[in-house]
Amino acid sequence: MTPHILTRSLDRSATIFLVVVAGLGLLIPLSNLLLPAGSALQVPTYLVALFGKYACYAILALSIDLIWGYCGILSLGHGAFFALGGYAMGMYLMRQIGSRGVYGNPILPDFMVFLNYPALPWYWHGFDMFWFAALMVILVPGLLAFCFGWLAFRSRVTGVYLSIITQAMTYALLLAFFRNDFGFGGNNGLTDFKDILGFNVQADGTRAALFALSCLALILAFLICRAVVTSKLGKVLIAIRDAESRTRFLGYRVESYKLFVFTLSACMAGVAGALYVPQVGIINPSEFAPGNSIEAVIWVAVGGRGTLVGAALGAVVVNYAKTYFTSGPLAPYWLFMLGALFILVTLLLPKGIVGTFNAWRESRKEAEKANAESAALEDGVGEPKPAE
Amino acid sequence: MSANFLDRLRALLLAISLAVAFAAPALAGPFEDAVAKFANDDFSDTDEAIGAVATSGNPLAFPIISALQEGRLSADPDTKKVFVTQADGKVIDAATGAAVDKLPDNAAAVRLNNRLRRAVEAALGGLTLLSPDPAKRIAAAQSVFKSHEESALPVIDGALAKETNKSVKAAFAEARAAILLYKSDATEVEKLEAVAVVKARGDQEAMALLTGLGSDLPPNVAPAVASAIASIQSNLQMWSMVQNAWYGLSLGSVLLLAAIGLAITFGVMGVINMAHGEMVMLGAYTTFVVQEVIRSHYPGLFDYSLLIAVPLAFLVAGAVGVAIERGIIRFLYGRPLETLLATWGLSLVLQQAVRTAFGPTNREVGNPSWMSGAFELGQITITYNRLWILCFTLAVFVILLAMLRYTALGLEMRAVTQNRRMAASMGIATSRVDALTFGLGSGIAGIAGVALSQIDNVSPNLGQSYIIDSFMVVVFGGVGNLWGTLVGAFTLGIANKFLEPVAGAVLGKIAILVLIILFIQKRPRGLFALKGRAVEA
Repeated sequence: MTPHILTRSLDRSATIFLVVVAGLGLLIPLSNLLLPAGSALQVPTYLVALFGKYACYAILALSIDLIWGYCGILSLGHGAFFALGGYAMGMYLMRQIGSRGVYGNPILPDFMVFLNYPALPWYWHGFDMFWFAALMVILVPGLLAFCFGWLAFRSRVTGVYLSIITQAMTYALLLAFFRNDFGFGGNNGLTDFKDILGFNVQADGTRAALFALSCLALILAFLICRAVVTSKLGKVLIAIRDAESRTRFLGYRVESYKLFVFTLSACMAGVAGALYVPQVGIINPSEFAPGNSIEAVIWVAVGGRGTLVGAALGAVVVNYAKTYFTSGPLAPYWLFMLGALFILVTLLLPKGIVGTFNAWRESRKEAEKANAESAALEDGVGEPKPAE
Repeated sequence: MSANFLDRLRALLLAISLAVAFAAPALAGPFEDAVAKFANDDFSDTDEAIGAVATSGNPLAFPIISALQEGRLSADPDTKKVFVTQADGKVIDAATGAAVDKLPDNAAAVRLNNRLRRAVEAALGGLTLLSPDPAKRIAAAQSVFKSHEESALPVIDGALAKETNKSVKAAFAEARAAILLYKSDATEVEKLEAVAVVKARGDQEAMALLTGLGSDLPPNVAPAVASAIASIQSNLQMWSMVQNAWYGLSLGSVLLLAAIGLAITFGVMGVINMAHGEMVMLGAYTTFVVQEVIRSHYPGLFDYSLLIAVPLAFLVAGAVGVAIERGIIRFLYGRPLETLLATWGLSLVLQQAVRTAFGPTNREVGNPSWMSGAFELGQITITYNRLWILCFTLAVFVILLAMLRYTALGLEMRAVTQNRRMAASMGIATSRVDALTFGLGSGIAGIAGVALSQIDNVSPNLGQSYIIDSFMVVVFGGVGNLWGTLVGAFTLGIANKFLEPVAGAVLGKIAILVLIILFIQKRPRGLFALKGRAVEA
């Protein structure tokens, strides 16, 4: 991948999006660290962490938009890939605690001491090294998606069936991770992290850096998605979305295309989860809840599927609304609002905010063109004058 | 009732004993000596005393031992006299049965430890072997069987000779066999007979009895015991299979009940209704409301509450279903993924609405008397509520099948789902049929909620726990086919219950999900797939 491929296909809205994300990724950490606390422009640390969370959600939304908006695969289990990436990062953070835990065991995390584990389970080995954990963040969700997709796409499970099976997948993982003997901390999950790469997770500097990294990851994810959907490969994906059988008859290997994009999307979701965990300080099985995955789909629907910018925007807008309403007096009504959002967006705004805006702009352009043409006609360039 | 009976028995025994006491001069016999041992405040003496009193045949034995069990037996360490404080507060001398004005000041209750408590229970068991109530005699025989106290043998033998009731006789014979097996000086012939009797009993307790024998057995008895253990084991295994099959059927019926409405909305109409679980929940809450009204206004009707709730739940959930179809789904036909999202949103709204109306905690839904309790079938226990739910599910299934097959509405439904445009041109009001079909599926989900309220927590999250399972059943069984749903539900239920002992409940569930995913590889359209061109459309 050369930078040329990544930047070739930027239209105006994509450029604006990138500039805004990059700007925020620079300005917010700087204002948090450099300006004195309490000044009007200083972003408090808790907000930095919150915006960081939104950035991670935006990456997750991008990964869903890539497969749903451009390939017609509605995954209701993408929260599982997000959570798996998060768990991989969480395991690294747990190993970094070392002997500072409550029980002071240098090797075993607290919950293992509590549950009388004789030794570290085999699948926890290597997570004390960051490079290995980072590899797993991408590999574990990617492998699961690859196996799952290989099975599902090969047998031509499509549409709603695929959605239900992905939901069953995340549900099965939820049940598994809730078990104490599964070795991932049971229903408490992994928490009480101390430091990441030697920096204190709670420190302002670390939080600002994590936020900046999340923004960087969002930019990269956006560029990768953009590159995929504007390439020839992207054209085939759109063809699969709109007429799968026809694409197959034209000689394309639909399964391979789907498998590639599904796996790529799962890896992205995993990275989002990995950035999310150190910023919220906990990862537990509830991240696998089927409801979470569907909620992520509605972010994409609100922003506009098939418009990458919209997906990221939708994630931020819906989550900001969630934060705003659930912390105020309207908290009991939030689920009503979320439910209504699902219903109203699908009924009245099927293209989402950005999609509708784009359609409106297109129609305005058309209208201007038509106006220009008719104006040219009225000037009466070649009209014969009536005989007197 | 039993307390009453015991009191009467005690009074009777007391009367007899008083008569005996006045008729004969009070001589210190073995019984009196035995009773006096209670006053020594020594556990081993008390043990001997219990054995001697229980086997004495003296009518005072029962009141003494039961008083000992309930801490109403006290002894005066100086005079070595022992007293029974009766339930009505009167005090008698334990050795003679003569009434005493009051307890001496220094009398203290006879102390027991756990070993003695067991001895007391065994002794009481031996004493109740002679109770006039056959059920009590059987219970006593069972407790002797478990404890195989040698001291009970003479009582058992005597009782066996007098017994006329067949099942009590069998219980006595089993108890006797148990004692003989553990009796060191029983002959080989007796032991072999005993092994045969215990083997014929063949349940978990017989197994425990035989395995408890250890290895120091006479040479001819050991192989007999081993073969008896083996045969009981295979017998028990067979019963545990039957038990699992029953649990599986029960779970399958619950799954079928939850999924059958979905088989109509999703299977027949092709509408993904993620709020299906909430229709079940509405049915359960309807039951709750009906029971609340009955509790406060017509308490006599409580046993009929479910019969009242079933049609109401059908109407409530059905009406909500029609409203959903008219308000949301009708705009989304042909867009299954959007339908999925919209109905998911709807499920959030309905859950939150119920949470707001009834609170987030579990609500109490009672079982009518005919749904509670259980009966034994061979070695397994079958609860009435599960049995009723199984029957109810099959009834709903049959009625639904008949409805689709023989009524005008059923015919119209099938016509619309097979070829909408053709049906419309034949004059069928397709949009009305859509609404009614959806209402029917939702109504059946509501009925399912009435049944599920009997075995599950009625909370706003009730539907959530069934939605994924229901979809699995429908997908596995094959879409658009009620028979597929039936077979799918029972297959999954039974498979789940047979995996549970092997893998544990959670892993079993995960294994089932994985197996379904693999199964769909082989048959993407489920067990009973529709064939033909209509499938792709």
